[in-house]
Amino acid sequence: MNNLLSRHAESIFWLARQVERANSTARILDVNESFSRSPRGEHDWQSVLRLYADEESFRATGREPSADAVIHFYILDGDNPNSVLSNIRMARENARALRPLISTEMWVQLNGFHKWISRLRRPDLRVENLNRLCSHIKESCQTHSGITAETLYRDESWYFHQLGRAIERADQTTRLVDVKYQVLLPEPSDVGSPIDEAQWNTVLRSAAGFHAFRRVNPNSMSPSSVVNFLVFDPRFPRSVAASVLTANEHLNGIRIKYGHGSKHGASRLLRELAAELAEDTAADLIARGLHEGLDSIQAQLAGVTSALGTEFFLLA
Amino acid sequence: MTERRPAGLLQGYDPGGFYCEMFGASGHPAAHTRVVRDRLDGFSLAELRRRAQAAERELFNLGVTFTVYTSREQIDRILPFDVIPRVLSAAEWEVIERGVVQRVTALNRFIEDIYHEQKILRDGVVPAELVLGNPNYRPQMRGLKVPFGSYVNICGVDLVRGGDGRFYVLEDNARTPSGVSYVVENRHLTQRSFPDLMRDIGVRSVSNYGQRLIGKLAELAAGIDADPSVVLLSPGVYNSAYFEHVFLAREMGVPLVEGRDLVVRDDRVFMKTTGGLQRVNVIYRRIDDDFLDPEAFNPESMLGVPGLMRAYRAGNVVLANAVGTGVADDKAVYAYVPRIVRYYLDEEAILPNVETHICRESEGLEFTLANLEELVVKPVGASGGYGILIGPHASRKALAEFRRKLRADPGNYISQPVVQLSVCPTMTRSGIAPRHVDLRPFAVTGRSTWVLPGGLTRVALRKGSLIVNSSQGGGSKDTWVLE
Repeated sequence: MNNLLSRHAESIFWLARQVERANSTARILDVNESFSRSPRGEHDWQSVLRLYADEESFRATGREPSADAVIHFYILDGDNPNSVLSNIRMARENARALRPLISTEMWVQLNGFHKWISRLRRPDLRVENLNRLCSHIKESCQTHSGITAETLYRDESWYFHQLGRAIERADQTTRLVDVKYQVLLPEPSDVGSPIDEAQWNTVLRSAAGFHAFRRVNPNSMSPSSVVNFLVFDPRFPRSVAASVLTANEHLNGIRIKYGHGSKHGASRLLRELAAELAEDTAADLIARGLHEGLDSIQAQLAGVTSALGTEFFLLA
Repeated sequence: MTERRPAGLLQGYDPGGFYCEMFGASGHPAAHTRVVRDRLDGFSLAELRRRAQAAERELFNLGVTFTVYTSREQIDRILPFDVIPRVLSAAEWEVIERGVVQRVTALNRFIEDIYHEQKILRDGVVPAELVLGNPNYRPQMRGLKVPFGSYVNICGVDLVRGGDGRFYVLEDNARTPSGVSYVVENRHLTQRSFPDLMRDIGVRSVSNYGQRLIGKLAELAAGIDADPSVVLLSPGVYNSAYFEHVFLAREMGVPLVEGRDLVVRDDRVFMKTTGGLQRVNVIYRRIDDDFLDPEAFNPESMLGVPGLMRAYRAGNVVLANAVGTGVADDKAVYAYVPRIVRYYLDEEAILPNVETHICRESEGLEFTLANLEELVVKPVGASGGYGILIGPHASRKALAEFRRKLRADPGNYISQPVVQLSVCPTMTRSGIAPRHVDLRPFAVTGRSTWVLPGGLTRVALRKGSLIVNSSQGGGSKDTWVLE
């Protein structure tokens, strides 16, 4: 049996990332909207822009960073490559290129998802509709995952899909945790001061982790216990550690089952990151500076992606 | 209010003097369609419409589409599907099948000859300049042997049925004929949407096309590798036939590659995979000769693979179709095909040509100019129904303009009488009405030729129109060949 075409490997890796990114964007907007309603008020939507380092490209739209403008920017702005619309459009274009590999059901669902989102108009994005809208986006992304799990043939393409999804999820969870800190505690020295539990509560709910967190920590809701859960708990499927372990597992699957044993680069980087996460603690991370620590994880994940490019996608 | 018995669906249908695929020549229904007619008559127009809409929606959702790209967005369109099938009897099919095999055999013999000994040119049966001066004649193919002398591995022969009920060849498609995916998808759609219409009728299956195709392609590579690696080479997602490329790659179970996925090393072709370079033995290419290899043909081409012709000439890869087959489906060479059949096979053509006048010959030009308002004039290079003049439908001004074009460049045109294409009952806005159809059977050739029992029936959806091309408002129908 032939190996997967490099181009197809890259396309399915990115397809998975784009869908996962749309999923996380919806989660982050949802969380942020909840914060904006908090009694502390004065919430500014620029935190989301900072999170994705999008301040400059947002300025180019010429609009004030109001709730409406930022929500539109992240959901429907076709000129913003990070918007849900752009991600789903790119995912669909990748799916088109992958049609000889993926199941018809995967194509039909992504096609329908794209059709739905490209028909949304500004009134659909009003703040009072946002929670429902974000839920629909999340569900559509999860449907993609489910159909993929049920129908995609388990060859290299499956592994690259799972690898892409896990890497994107690790990256996005670091950003989700960061929203909280960006919003309320912009200075590293402030981290650790008393924090509104209700808001951590919302972060956990947006990651679908609230009840699991409660079971593990029935008596506490401290910043460090939440960070521990979202970043370091290997049993929580959206945690950074779990995602990195999943990524590592799938990359090993690719290397061992498909004759890529000699390709060490990306694998070494992932193992190193997994080992760091296993040794670190939330308290240490917060003490060193949570935002900087999360930034550094994002940089390591970017390093893995670029190593994958060299090893698998960009053959001469 | 008086109670009325609802009229049957086909009551009041009038083929308007044309040969009708459902009702035969003069309103006397063709016997083999009786069961289908009776069942169709039991449908109400509303029910038929409801199912037709559901069927079209399904085609769209399944992505059985071609894509039109604009600067900001892509628009997916389906090839309009008409739900009333076109039904061919076993006896009719037997003639078509034999005729297509004969024609493909003769074309392959012709191509082999013109790239080797050129006997047919020396014997003066086909004018040498028509072949050697043809832009689709590829000198790079001279002296190159291809497996089994099979150049045209996938052939689509466009047939039309005249008022006399006979099939005539309108055109050969010997390069990269498309449409077979619609043959199979239309059938699957009919099976899902109209199980009650098809039940127990005994329609020959078309769904094993992919298996037959890869079987034939593997046959061609038997000399290179016992278990050859086959790929389908596509120009990519922006090509309007991309869905068909996906369809064929999936049905065959082979990688769908683009030029950038392939590389030539030491006159061997490889594809770039996660595991490095892997050898390719057979390429079913859906890219024209011109774009295949920038080293050998159009140097601007970004779609092809540099060095592919070297590998091909070294015998290290099989291309299907072979390079240089375009000379055989040229509209000017078409006129000579009956003679080509006679020359190589010593047989009369089972499927005759439509009477054709070659404007490069003064006799043909004069006849064409004198009878322009009666004739269909076609540029010999173009495809897709572009640049065609249909004399009886043209304005006086258009005719005068075309006369000037003809005089300026007569070699570029052939003319034919207007063939009264047969009609088939078709669903229209105002009910069931006759619309003109053609038929494109597909023949696959390795060691021998196999014809898919079915074919693409294209239907001109505009009232009175004779142009069935999808780019000109055509749709398609499921084509049933009865057992």
